[in-house]
Amino acid sequence: MAQRIDVKDLDVYYGSFRAVADVSMMIEPRSVTALIGPSGCGKSTFLRTLNRMHEVIPGARVEGTVTMDGVDLYGSDVDPVAVRRQIGMVFQRPNPFPTMSIAENVLAGVRLNNRRISKADAETLVEQSLQGANLWKEVKDRLDRPGSSLSGGQQQRLCIARAIAVKPQVLLMDEPASALDPISTLAIEDLIAELKNDYTIVIVTHNMQQAARVSDRTAFFNIAGTGEPGRLIEMDDTRTMFSTPSVQATEDYISGRFG
Amino acid sequence: MTTEPTTPAAPAPAVRRASTRDRAGRIFAGLSTGAGALILIVLAAVAGFLLLEAWPALTAGAEELTSISWIPDDGSLLTYVGPLIFGTLVAAVLALLLAVPVAIGIALFISHYAPRRLSSALGYVVDLLAAIPSVVYGLWGGLVLAPLVQPVWQWLSETLGWIPLFEGPAATPARVMMTVGVVLAVMILPIITAVSREVFLQTPRLHEEAALALGATRWEMVRMAVIPFGRSGVISASMLGLGRALGETMAVLMILSPGLTYSLALLLAGRQQTIAANIALQFPEASPLGVSALIATGLALFVITLAVNMLARWVVARRADFSGAN
Repeated sequence: MAQRIDVKDLDVYYGSFRAVADVSMMIEPRSVTALIGPSGCGKSTFLRTLNRMHEVIPGARVEGTVTMDGVDLYGSDVDPVAVRRQIGMVFQRPNPFPTMSIAENVLAGVRLNNRRISKADAETLVEQSLQGANLWKEVKDRLDRPGSSLSGGQQQRLCIARAIAVKPQVLLMDEPASALDPISTLAIEDLIAELKNDYTIVIVTHNMQQAARVSDRTAFFNIAGTGEPGRLIEMDDTRTMFSTPSVQATEDYISGRFG
Repeated sequence: MTTEPTTPAAPAPAVRRASTRDRAGRIFAGLSTGAGALILIVLAAVAGFLLLEAWPALTAGAEELTSISWIPDDGSLLTYVGPLIFGTLVAAVLALLLAVPVAIGIALFISHYAPRRLSSALGYVVDLLAAIPSVVYGLWGGLVLAPLVQPVWQWLSETLGWIPLFEGPAATPARVMMTVGVVLAVMILPIITAVSREVFLQTPRLHEEAALALGATRWEMVRMAVIPFGRSGVISASMLGLGRALGETMAVLMILSPGLTYSLALLLAGRQQTIAANIALQFPEASPLGVSALIATGLALFVITLAVNMLARWVVARRADFSGAN
């Protein structure tokens, strides 16, 4: 269920502005890769190119290749919709559909792929996914309540349940805990540690301790100045990155000297 | 992320200015409360006027009422107003059925499909429809549209004539309820479109992206995030349109060949009439008691409109938990 993603010479443009330049990296299956770096360094932009979500913004495009399972995600015959069904995404702010109940939220993606799901299958899937997101115990008695009735941390776990219900290969997380309190953050981090048994996870975070706690590998992005593109400075095992990084800028950033 | 913190004002002037600001706040609160109260007063005044003026007819005996030429022989106001209420509802519902799907389609096209330049031009054209006076719609409906749609109605009655709605033979000229419905639909299209468009545009980007990230196509995204989010707004928009259709006078008066029956046949002439058009038609030659009877029908229209709006509120409020407003 988990796939390796291979990024080669990736440039990301918004119109004529090059936001991210020249990124090559290998994202290992069944592991957590953290993307860190100062604001505006292009890490979120880069994350969104992995499931072609950046294309939602008019004028955005990429050069280079992103290969998963031997398929170039930017190949001319590849439908971005199909890519997004394989590579799920969790956003910075929890975004359950407010017009749907908790159960409907979990099933939202499945309903897109496969309209005719039997009632029993749907119930099983809801339970599985919510259990996978460590939310089942808290919501099992109110599955028909609106998703927006939950707390922020619960909503974010609901979004994770919704993302894993379609059984993707990869899960992208864009600062999934930055809008949450410490307790909810802990719940999400614990969940990430469990999810990596089944999924390839890429997480963008501003929280250095979080990157150190949850990730196996860490990539540091930086930006030379305003108007310059963001670049991948270095990528290594998280332990190495946080103890003996090979680039001075990485050490400066991690030790809090800038950013 | 990069917002500059606003520079805090120097403390001394801020304190000194507090009293004038407080007064401005009180004036504004007074003005807005006054405006809110005014609408209630106007509403009460209209209701009072209608009741007062309708009172002679409401209390008149059957013999008195039969003296009015157009009151039915049993001299009952109820037998008279019944078909009118029915006709009004048929016209308005028909217009709504025709207009709402088109309006939602246009609104979605403008908000989520059209390129930016085209969408603003299209929005402007739709708004222009609202600027045309209803008497022009009436002329256009009677002189241009009616002959134009007659063959279509003919075909409808021939192929679907077994449905009571389309009972034939279709009247020539097509001064029938169906034509009225089409004209009313065009008239209420701008308001429904404009309000729906605004609501659809306000769909949070987060929800749209949530749908897209699940692998939704653009249409699926619209169905999953945009339409449910805009649902209550579309209902409100439809009610605004319905209100206009219920009260529309000129266009109906100039197109419809009137009749006072409980008939659902949309393609036959002389079957239905609406309250507003009937008032305009009978008013010039009505006796004082006749005027009072007509105002009584106006009271019925007032009550219907109120009831329809309350029904819409109830529909919207019923699923308030799921509205996305929380």
